[in-house]
Amino acid sequence: MNNNILRNYSRLTVSIFATALCTSHALADGKTTANPDISLILQAQYSDFKEDPENYELPGFMLGGEAGLDEAGFGLGHSELVISSNIDDLYFGRLTLALDEHDGETEVELEEGFIETLGLGAGITVKAGRFFSNTGYLNNQHAHMWDFIDAPLIYRGLFGNQLIDDGIQVRWLAPTDFFFQVGAEMGRGERFPASGAENDGRGTQAFFAEIGGDVGPSHSWQLGVSHWSADVLEREGGGHGHGHEEEGESEVASFSGTSDINAIDFVWKWAPNGNFKQKNLKFQFEYFVREEDGDIEMHGAEEEEESTYDGEQKGWYAQLTYQFTPNWRVGLRYDSVEVDNKGSDEEVLHEAGLDSEDHDPTRTSIMIDYAHSEFSLIRLQYNRDESSETSDDQIYLQYVMSLGAHGAHQF
Amino acid sequence: MKASYLTIAIVVMHFALPPAAYAKLKVFACEPEWAALSQELGGDKVKVFSATTAFQDVHRIQARPSLIARARSADLLICTGAELESGWLPLLTRRAANKRIQNGQPGHFMAAEHVERLDVPAVVDRSMGDVHIAGNPHVHLSPQRILEIATRLSERLMLISPADKAFFKTRIDSFAQRWREAITTWEERALPLKGKTIVVHHKDWRYLSDWLKMDIVASLEPKPGLPPNAGHLAKLKQQLKQQPAAMILRAQYQDARASKWLSKNTGIPSVVLPYTVGGSDQAQDLFSLYDDTLTKMLNALP
Repeated sequence: MNNNILRNYSRLTVSIFATALCTSHALADGKTTANPDISLILQAQYSDFKEDPENYELPGFMLGGEAGLDEAGFGLGHSELVISSNIDDLYFGRLTLALDEHDGETEVELEEGFIETLGLGAGITVKAGRFFSNTGYLNNQHAHMWDFIDAPLIYRGLFGNQLIDDGIQVRWLAPTDFFFQVGAEMGRGERFPASGAENDGRGTQAFFAEIGGDVGPSHSWQLGVSHWSADVLEREGGGHGHGHEEEGESEVASFSGTSDINAIDFVWKWAPNGNFKQKNLKFQFEYFVREEDGDIEMHGAEEEEESTYDGEQKGWYAQLTYQFTPNWRVGLRYDSVEVDNKGSDEEVLHEAGLDSEDHDPTRTSIMIDYAHSEFSLIRLQYNRDESSETSDDQIYLQYVMSLGAHGAHQF
Repeated sequence: MKASYLTIAIVVMHFALPPAAYAKLKVFACEPEWAALSQELGGDKVKVFSATTAFQDVHRIQARPSLIARARSADLLICTGAELESGWLPLLTRRAANKRIQNGQPGHFMAAEHVERLDVPAVVDRSMGDVHIAGNPHVHLSPQRILEIATRLSERLMLISPADKAFFKTRIDSFAQRWREAITTWEERALPLKGKTIVVHHKDWRYLSDWLKMDIVASLEPKPGLPPNAGHLAKLKQQLKQQPAAMILRAQYQDARASKWLSKNTGIPSVVLPYTVGGSDQAQDLFSLYDDTLTKMLNALP
């Protein structure tokens, strides 16, 4: 009796395995197995600063997320493990784990973990899980794909480098020869810069539209507009690059209110006859305005300190990179930020780091990088950083290497 | 509220446009050779778009907006496959939001995966350069393989558009007959090339040399995908001084400097071949691509 059950069970197991094997063969299209694509990104840098990176500040912003500078000297950047695959004929999935070292401890962060539909029909794609928001241009690219080691100043100030949220994205691609795409996102809003997961965990919304095309065989371009908004509950300026730590207090500024961002981005690329391997030029520009309305409270203060807050923070950057041989590339970037924050108590705004201190932050960066193959890159970068009154000279020497599955050539 | 207006707008715009069924079959070809083959087999029943030209290195294409837009409405995607486009095609098909061309659908046709490939490595390691685990993907310069692929592609067209089955049958029969005749002519013309040795820029001449029984003795790239460097070229110069080759071949899209330098320093003629349709003024379809390739190689012989 028992034996019979056992035999039936093992027969079932065998048939399940056989089916699984057949399926993986049927799915294999050029690949020998249905294993997911795995890739590993290794990064490290040597950084040198004239000023102490601990004292970095961007006046007019409560910094959070990943904002702030690396420590001076040798350091390991983000190491990333990316696993992705088509799940079946309808879904694609990807998980990205980032390994970071913070204060001597290794932290594992789930940077992305999402599924995406593969052709639902009518040009609609749905993405769900944790993903980079499509707000702006640079935001939905992994940091290791960026042309410079660090984020633009406005990304650092508004997003703590990058806008990641848990939620859902729906986008529609027009059935025309001309590229036109619109989309919307709704997110939890727990991570910086939203915070609080307001409205029962539906704290953020975003809308975006993109157009793009080619001009002859050598030029291609893309233009995008986006809008992001959040109901913020107790966003604290923190992260590892604190804005203000004056007078040794342990006060933390907290913002609650509404936050609205409008952005425009433009990218133009040129390669003779569209042949990117030999030579190419890329121009990239983004402009962001954030308007916030609410209250600032100082947590941990001896007496209750609070102020109304009516903030306007705007900034742009423009960058040009030129790959002049298959191996070598040079780049130039300029950042500019302007802040006009108002509140009932100037003193509170000052303590929160929201005072512009009558300074408009700017930064100029130049870089040169060498790619021995498509999978390895060594970069040297210099920043003249005038984020605050005290200007800083920053030098980075970095490597970015990728192992495993071939990375995607995003536009 | 905003979202619901958006939905309405999307639905209205979608139905306002004519459905694909009334129009010609839209073919998205990753490379010009497959665009040309689709045109041969589909005639006026197809509207063909080529994502790349003979002047571009297809390894390094980006999933740019214009390509995403074209892939969105394609009924058939025809690419080389065998990992040639692995840097951009998976992203492109995902972003195109088009079910018809997804992996596993009839509208997803990878040419190289329908024929036997050469140089399938037993072991792959990136230190060997950009070696494809599925073997050398540059199959379109093997006329026999073109014929096999044409047969498979024609079957695919019939599957996607059964109403035009008879039409596609006539096209493939006519093509196959003309192509077989052409192969005989080409093989006769190419006899003087048999047994000759060649130096190539990249391994994209593997199938041509296999067909014409020519020997590839060296590559200008030190490893597949890595650009030629001075050290490697100096070594080649020494090697070729001792054992000269008949010619140095490069495709239209490849950088001229390395082959020019080597040609100047060894006296071996350097030949620029169209590589694919559109790569020279003469190579305007698959037939003239082969004609012109042979002419240019024969002209380089003493």
